[in-house]
Amino acid sequence: MNDAIVEIAMLVTFVLMALWAVLATKLLRAVVALAATSVLVTLLLFRLDSPLAAVFELSVCAGLVSAIFLGAITLTQPENEAEVAVSAKERIRRYWYLPPLLLLLGVALLQVALPDVPTTAAAADDVRKVLWTSRHLDLLGQITVLVAGAFGVIVLFKEARKNER
Amino acid sequence: MSGELITLYVTAIVLVAVTGLYYLLVTTSLIRAVIGLELVTKSITLGLILAGRLTGKVGLGQALAITLIVVEVVVLVVAVGLILLAHRHTNKVDTRDLRSIKG
Repeated sequence: MNDAIVEIAMLVTFVLMALWAVLATKLLRAVVALAATSVLVTLLLFRLDSPLAAVFELSVCAGLVSAIFLGAITLTQPENEAEVAVSAKERIRRYWYLPPLLLLLGVALLQVALPDVPTTAAAADDVRKVLWTSRHLDLLGQITVLVAGAFGVIVLFKEARKNER
Repeated sequence: MSGELITLYVTAIVLVAVTGLYYLLVTTSLIRAVIGLELVTKSITLGLILAGRLTGKVGLGQALAITLIVVEVVVLVVAVGLILLAHRHTNKVDTRDLRSIKG
């Protein structure tokens, strides 16, 4: 019973942090809220017996991604408070119907009763076995995406340097 | 895992994904758009793990979640590179100022 309460509290905080990330007027606060969302996802992944994915989420999404965002904000310093206020007002006027729609969706989803599912214990080497034997194409894809990303960044900054000259 | 708890998980996942999509729709700031995209990918990560747990394929769920996290970071890094490039050209990071790539 206590475990279920902890899990429910984590899920509610997860949704609240996501809402804070969206509603925060200052970008730095939005990034902090995003990092907090990542931490909560990590905790939920641990609860779902997925420690490897949880460690990835914590180190990459809460750590590296936040650092990248902070770097981007420092380099661009995108908005002053007056601009944020104007664009927020415009947004609310244009999309006033979306938040009530979201609430209705949440209430409707809570009414859907899903059947009880037996839980399974995770084997410690399960994910490694899956990655190296049955999903090695995924690994190849990941390597290709990483190389493509690295080349993309190199090309982007090379162009920027050329333009500066 | 009880049916009520699964319903709560699914509700939280869908709500966060819709929140991220809503943010992508309404924001004009490029950095905020990337934050919206991050929220969507976080909810999908949780959804993958939940699906793996419910079907008894925890390893497969974790493998796919790790793949998603890697792809997410690469997309983020390239997006931030593009944002910095746009900032060098227009001195702003607002979608309304990116007129030159409008068709």
